Amino acid sequence: MRPNLRLALGGAVALALLVVALVSLVWTPEMPFTRVRIPLRLRHPLAAGLLGTDHFGRDVLSLLMRGAFSSLSIAVPAVAIGACIGVAIGCTAAMLRGAFDTIVLRIADVVFAFPAVLSAIMLGAALGSGPAPATIAIAIFNVPVFVRVSRSAALQVLAMDYVAAARAVGRSAAAIGWSEVLPNIAGLLVVQATIQLGLAILAEAGLSYLGIGVRPPDPSWGRMLADSQTFLTQAPHLAIAPGVAIALSVLGLNLLGDGLRDALDPRLRR
Amino acid sequence: MYVRLRSAASLLRSVLLRLCGLVLTLLAVSAAIFLVIDVLPGDVASVMLGTSAREDTLAALREQLGLDRPAHLRYLAWIGGLLTGDLGQSVTYSSPVATLIAERLAVTAPLAAMSLALVVLIALPLGVAAAASQDGPVDRLIGLFGQIGVAVPNFWIGLLLILAFATGLGWLPAGGFPGWGAGIGAGLRSLVLPAVALALPQAAVLTRIVRTATLDVIGQDFVRTARAKGVPGTVALTRHVVPNALVPIVTILGLQLSFLVAGAVLVENVFNLPGLGRLAYQALAQRDLVVIRSVVLLLAGLVIAVNAAIDLLTLAVDPRLRRSR
Repeated sequence: MRPNLRLALGGAVALALLVVALVSLVWTPEMPFTRVRIPLRLRHPLAAGLLGTDHFGRDVLSLLMRGAFSSLSIAVPAVAIGACIGVAIGCTAAMLRGAFDTIVLRIADVVFAFPAVLSAIMLGAALGSGPAPATIAIAIFNVPVFVRVSRSAALQVLAMDYVAAARAVGRSAAAIGWSEVLPNIAGLLVVQATIQLGLAILAEAGLSYLGIGVRPPDPSWGRMLADSQTFLTQAPHLAIAPGVAIALSVLGLNLLGDGLRDALDPRLRR
Repeated sequence: MYVRLRSAASLLRSVLLRLCGLVLTLLAVSAAIFLVIDVLPGDVASVMLGTSAREDTLAALREQLGLDRPAHLRYLAWIGGLLTGDLGQSVTYSSPVATLIAERLAVTAPLAAMSLALVVLIALPLGVAAAASQDGPVDRLIGLFGQIGVAVPNFWIGLLLILAFATGLGWLPAGGFPGWGAGIGAGLRSLVLPAVALALPQAAVLTRIVRTATLDVIGQDFVRTARAKGVPGTVALTRHVVPNALVPIVTILGLQLSFLVAGAVLVENVFNLPGLGRLAYQALAQRDLVVIRSVVLLLAGLVIAVNAAIDLLTLAVDPRLRRSR
């Protein structure tokens, strides 16, 4: 796929996701989206609403729209927290090097061995399940990724002449980090954050599928898939729409990430 | 002779250093897990039984878990138990945690093995084929599989597979596990769909890695020389390119184990398989902290140990890495 097409397609999907999530706060086809209509339960698409109804007679399209907001309300803060902590540690490690750098890399490897679902189970055991532990669990998984990406990018920037010049005129390490390193690795971090956002949506859906993410009555794509499993033979349509929504969102964010990377550094195309 | 001895000594040194690192890492991970599960919640007995539990029941559980002892002594007792195979008693299942884990491992281990085998069987030929026809239609088609595969959640693939092959065609069971006592064939049949669901997204990731690693090697001089000497394209690929591209592929495969572990928790729930992932989830639902801490350590420890093993394997295969790491 051509890089520009990737960027356009990915950008369009990401924008649509954001718009749907925000619109769902003020409007959904069925208002309120939690309205239970038992006589209309398990209706097929177009028989009641565009995408049919679930086992409570709720409108699937409305739940799907609000699910986009639920998904982003966990995924965005999780990636933002992971990025802030990870970039701070990664850049510091690149600037200090030595023992600190080695220890940071070692810890990053260990944290990477804890997928979000394992961290969520641990945190759920200690603090109880819900959106906050789910966000923290996904953030924890993001930290080592941003440590590695920002560290290696910062090392390249730190080897540049303009950084040597900044050091020569007596600028402090913190000032160099803030005004020389960060702006020069920002593009790469945005690319990584876009890709991580896709992974965070996948992780959130998984946690909500297990019932340790978004809490009912707030709808979530993962929870909708879990509910659909009971009615798989009666109403297979319930298992399709949320899965397509997750896959499309992740695909769009991945395309956007790839497109942005190619736009920022054409040498990386291959 | 001297060079060979020096090389063996350097390999031995690297192996010992990494083994020490592995032990220290596992200790640090166990300490972190203990801190989160046994220290952070405060009164573990109240967490497990709920705040409405009677005081005498709470006191009995505190005594059973030895909660009157300081945290560091409890940690040492847990680690000592890990070394002797005594992981404590599950409160929910009223059976030793080690027995529970062994029973569940009999499902998760073959499931993981089948998934890993599928990942390699799908990704290796697809990745090599994509590299061999770089920018051609085959490459584009495989690239599309890579893009879509990484975006689709494994538990949704599981649901779709149930819809198609269990409730639709009726070829394979929709879930559950008959136990190995019912015969190896029946056991394996119930693992086929979960293994495919677990493998497809990871195969999509690995396909992209195989393609990149293969392209890196294809461009090197020794491959060009082999081709110039008249070695046919397929032979050059299988005998010269693929073996040289294996180091990054195997390294990524090790990292993917982390995702397979996470996926197992989800997929075992989709297919109602009594594996380790489902045990961790059920233990969370029951607040059985004694089970959770050992299962989490086992799963995370497995990922770390396998990656360390792959690290050592690549050191043995490629001597250049002994100095550069």
